[in-house]
Parts: sequence; C-alpha cells; structure tokens
Amino acid sequence: MSTDWWPTAGLAALRQRAGALARIRGFFDERGVLEVETPVVAADTVTDPMLAAIAIDSPGTEAPCDARYWLQTSPEYPMKRLLAAGSGAIYQIARVFRRADRGSLHNPEFSMLEWYRPGFGYADLIQEVSDLLAVLLAKRPVVVLTYTEVFVQQLGIEPLTASDAELRAVASHKGINAPADLDRDAMLDLLMGTLIAPRLGRDCWCYLTGFPASQASLARLDPQDPRIAERFECFIDGMEIANGFRELTDPQAQRARFEADQAVRRERGETAPPAIDERLLTALEAGLPECSGVALGLDRLLMVAIGATTIDEVMAFPIEHA
Amino acid sequence: MASTYSTNQFKGGLKIMLDGEPYSIVENEYVKPGKGQGFNRVKVRNLKTGKVVDKTFKSGDSVEAADVVEKEMQYLYNDGESWYFMDPETFDQVGASQTALANADKFLKDQDVCNVTLYNGEPIGVEPPPHVELQITQTDPGIRGDTSSGGTKPATLETGAVVQVPLFMEEGEIVRIDTRNGAYVSRAKG
Repeated sequence: MSTDWWPTAGLAALRQRAGALARIRGFFDERGVLEVETPVVAADTVTDPMLAAIAIDSPGTEAPCDARYWLQTSPEYPMKRLLAAGSGAIYQIARVFRRADRGSLHNPEFSMLEWYRPGFGYADLIQEVSDLLAVLLAKRPVVVLTYTEVFVQQLGIEPLTASDAELRAVASHKGINAPADLDRDAMLDLLMGTLIAPRLGRDCWCYLTGFPASQASLARLDPQDPRIAERFECFIDGMEIANGFRELTDPQAQRARFEADQAVRRERGETAPPAIDERLLTALEAGLPECSGVALGLDRLLMVAIGATTIDEVMAFPIEHA
Repeated sequence: MASTYSTNQFKGGLKIMLDGEPYSIVENEYVKPGKGQGFNRVKVRNLKTGKVVDKTFKSGDSVEAADVVEKEMQYLYNDGESWYFMDPETFDQVGASQTALANADKFLKDQDVCNVTLYNGEPIGVEPPPHVELQITQTDPGIRGDTSSGGTKPATLETGAVVQVPLFMEEGEIVRIDTRNGAYVSRAKG
C-alpha cells in the first residue's frame, strides 16, 4: 500500500509548529505590533531576478483566462503599503511561494514571518529578532559580524575589493569548480552559500551586516559608506533564518532598482519580465515612514527547534506530497 | 536533438553528459541564499571509470541527458575477448569488454542475470547478481569435522576466482559468494 498520503513531519513537529505560532502571536501582542493579512494572490510581483514567482490566471474571472496574477514571494509590498497608510508597527505570518525552490532546506511553498518597525534602525531590529528567538529556542549567545569580516576570517579574502579572478581562485582552492558564466554577485553567493554559511551560527545566533551595495535588494545604502547596504541576515546551525533591511523609502531610488532588475531579466532572455508594482511606488511617494523590516523563515526556525536536518521533517506535506 | 535536464530535475540516479562522458548523479544538494543565485552541488559518478567527482551548477542551467539505460541481461559466454549478454525480451546480444566487466568476470557463470549499463547501446558496466553459487575446483584438504575453529584457506572456484573459504570446505562443494566483496557467505545446499 502506498504511504504517499502520510505526513513527512511527525506529530511532535506539528505540535512544535502550533506552539511556535501561539508564542509568536503572544510576543507581538505584548509589544503592541498589529497582526495583518494581505493577499496571497496579487496583480504584481517582485522584479528581483533571483526570485521566480509563480504565475496563475485571474482569480476574478469566471472562465479561465490569460490575465497574469502571481502567488506572493513575500508579503513585503502590501505590508509597505499599509505602513505608508499609517498602520504603525505590523507583522504577518504568511504562506509564500517560490518556483522550483526545492531541496533539503527549501520547499516551493513555505511559511514566512515578516514584520516592520517604524522608527527602528536595523540594529534595533536585530535586538528584537533575538528577543523573539529567545521565546522560541534554547538561548545562545548573539554574534554580530560584517560580511567583510566573515570572508576575511574564513576565506582570507576581502569581498568588496577582491578581483573576480581572486574570488574564483578561492573557490577553486576550496574544491569548488565554479560555473564559467558567474557574475560577481553570483560568485559571492557561491562562496557564501557553500563555504561560509554552513559554518555560521553553529553555537550562536549569528548576524551578518554590511552586505555589498550590489546585494542591497530593498535596503537603504549606508549613508556613511555607500559601498554597503543596511541589510542583515541571521544564521543558525548553518541556515539562513532571517533577512532584514533598513528599508529604502526613496521612491526614485526604488524605481531605479526595479528598472535595473528588469534589465537583468531582459538581458538573460526574458521577453516579458514582471511589471513594476506601481501601487508600491505610489505608496512610497505618499511616504513610507522610516522603518526597518525583517522576514524570517518559520520552517527553518522549527528545524532548529527540533534539530531537524531536512525541511520535510517540519512540514506536514512538502510539494511531492501536497 | 539530444534531450536535456534542467537542474531542478536533478536527483540521485539521473544520467547526464559532462565533458563528453556519461555520469550518474549520486547526490544533489540545492544551495540558495534567499536573495541570491541558487546552485546545485552534485556528486556524480563517471559511468565508464567509476570515479566520483563534485560539480557545481547554476540553478536553472540545463545539462545534456546521457543515453544510458540499465537492463537485466543474461550472460551467455565469452570468446576470450568479449563477454556476451542477451536481452531476454528482444534476444538482442551485446558484447562487453574486460573494462566494462571490471571484476564481474570472476563470478560470472552461464545464464546468470546481470544488470548491464548500456551507453549509446554499448555496454559500459556489468553488475553481477549480488550472490552467486559456484563450485570449488581446487583447495587444499581441510581438517575434516572441524566446523568451529574459524580458520580459512584459499579456494579456486569454477570461474577462476580465488576466495577465502572455511577450512572444512572440500573440492567439488558449492559455495555462496557475495559478489560485491568476494566474501564467502555459506555452503550452498547441493
């Protein structure tokens, strides 16, 4: 008899998940952060060339049609529209979707906890992430390092100034034969993803700050040093757990980044890259309050909590069983 | 046109072409920073040499599929140069070289059903059945009645393989051999 219907997560993991959701809601309720819900299906999506959103037809028409809607890759844009409309501090526990993301740490559908704090700098938000982790996990020391520091410590190379050839040589020296056609950021991602990240947060909660400006995404650039972005990531047990920004509030700068994303997509052969979310840009023009925001992968957090090695151990039905 | 696989189809056992050689994927690991480039790190085994190497692909890239199939085939005979196998469904016969046989030839007897790996129709690997029963053609006399001392002695089998057998085994007896390591398993019931 087929066991295909059987959940891949044990009952203990499902209880852990339910408990974590209750504690997260308690944590934010106590701090006066409002829980919100925004659409899973939307007319626009991210332009980010490294994110593949899943397109569906219009949910608003009776007969199937060609109109393109998207499953959200994160609730970031609608949450920023709420912030611009004066919501104050908000959080959301959302289901998000990313095409073809599958592996021991990935499932195309997963749970994301995302929250925004008007008036917070990113260091304040790092503190709050640690406060939240303390109610969900056994306490560990907090370590904050810069992107440059981990590259220097672990690979002996300066990521902001090293030449592309030097980066490739480090990979090769460590036994990684990098594909030939990698641009600089992809090369940095390769080194980070395969050599550095697996060693981070093994006995601590490890935060990285000072990402290169080319990897700013929707973060503000550091006003003191525009070579780096005000972005942080949290790593535990070698896994990327959370990604946070001092949010970019300048609509012109934001539009320029979206257009650059579209150019990258066209360059690699996409004829119709996703359109720019004009509602988001209009909201930024109306005024996004100075704030910091973070997205945290709930499934991986549960993996840390129960010591799991695959995401399937904390999900009832990953994609092959969905 | 050759068919291709995208990295998101990678899984253990998939047969792909790399640098003009056929490989089988042993392990596939997907690595992707949330905001960055994804990669597939794979361990692949060269199907001709058996060597396992690490490769890194950019996620979303495609790789040519290798025309490799594995088939249960029956061993017929060898003519001193090639070992001949028959597809029991089509009765097609193929001849495999010593290289493809690797160490399998030491344990092959007519009629044995083997797992043959064919690349573009040519056999490049032969896996004998996990256990075979072969007759001892030569061994020194043992110590009759001693079934407990645990000592072993070399014995030559009908295929020419030399294996270690317990001291009490005699010429003419049939032994059961594990073909993966050439180890004696038991005395076979005649």
